[in-house]
Amino acid sequence: MNTTAQVLEKNKERILEQWMQNQMADASLREDLMTNDELQRQSKEMLDGLLRAISKGNYDNIYETEFEQVTDTLRDISITRARQGFSPRETGTFVLSLKQALIEVLVEQRQGDTSTLYQEIMQLNTLLDNLSIVTFETFIKGREEVILRQTDEISEISTPVIRVWDGILALPIIGTLDSARTQIVMENLLQEIVNTGSTIAILDISGVPAVDSLVAQHLIKTVSATRLMGAECIISGIRAEIAQTIVHLGIDLSNIKTKATLASALQLAFNMTDLEVRRSDRNKSNKLLR
Amino acid sequence: MERIPILKMGPFLLVTIQIDLYDRLALTLENDLINMVSQTGARGVLIDISAVSIVDSFMGRILGNIASMSRIMDAETVVVGMQPAVAITLVELGLTLQGVHTALNVEKGMELLNTKLGDNLGPDDEEEEDQDDRND
Repeated sequence: MNTTAQVLEKNKERILEQWMQNQMADASLREDLMTNDELQRQSKEMLDGLLRAISKGNYDNIYETEFEQVTDTLRDISITRARQGFSPRETGTFVLSLKQALIEVLVEQRQGDTSTLYQEIMQLNTLLDNLSIVTFETFIKGREEVILRQTDEISEISTPVIRVWDGILALPIIGTLDSARTQIVMENLLQEIVNTGSTIAILDISGVPAVDSLVAQHLIKTVSATRLMGAECIISGIRAEIAQTIVHLGIDLSNIKTKATLASALQLAFNMTDLEVRRSDRNKSNKLLR
Repeated sequence: MERIPILKMGPFLLVTIQIDLYDRLALTLENDLINMVSQTGARGVLIDISAVSIVDSFMGRILGNIASMSRIMDAETVVVGMQPAVAITLVELGLTLQGVHTALNVEKGMELLNTKLGDNLGPDDEEEEDQDDRND
């Protein structure tokens, strides 16, 4: 009597055909993201690997060496699909529809021999379930990589330190302040203070959507660190609702200089450095005189 | 035994810490510095820590102590040239060095001490001169 692997090997062509049909039948198949030829190629590669692996008689442990090729192919496919923007459903269908095709062929071949059929189906079930777990793990990992990369990019582009005047730095903060970002903001700001020898730093929080006690704590830390370096810190861009939240939460900002707008913070900074902005009589344009 | 030199510059004392402080050295410095303040009647103490890359809570406390002791003896303390990493560490440790003045570098620190001294003496000729300079 033939083993399962041999039966399947004999009917490889039919399984592939059936599998392709199953995949095509799924209404959600994204033909715009992948051509049918590509799909056929991927499916064939996957089926070849799988049959070769089970021909060794291993039906349970997909972490053995003979399954390496299958899992590698599967990981490649799911990662590419995750990056291309396939939905989890489409990626899952890829493996799960193979199970259906395999079982259909087995049912045909094992007519009458119910107990063998039952055993074989159970084995294949477990095997393919394990494989689909691998698929999902990799798919999610692929997605997470995309998210991580984007997070890095966001935190990098959103913390510029601007030199607005000789000795005055401005740092517009956009987005929520969490511990990791505060660290980056603080490091950038302090380094820039050293590089430029600035004595005043303006932290503009107009772009911060909400201030809770944690964010306030981070702001206070940044201000204290700036003060330790020997520079003064002004916080600007405090909106009405943020002022309300701060007072309701009972956060004490009394020993920190705060201003409503960046303009008034700059004005204060000019005062502190004994600079003056004056309208020039000659050409009626604003000119800064020292 | 190692000692950190304390230089007298006019009414001020200048200390440049060029090695990483260990506890005993810090205590010796505190002791020496306060003795110098009392001997010379200095009006200001300037501590340059630009070469210090490692601080702990003890070092933070010593700096605070020096400032408090000096103030009792009528001398202001300015800590200058703190490294960004050091500032971040001190803040994370919860030491914000209240009562210690800070400045970016020795030059700005001296300027600050001069202003403080001027303020303490009350409005006098020195301040007027300063304003004249600015208007130039």
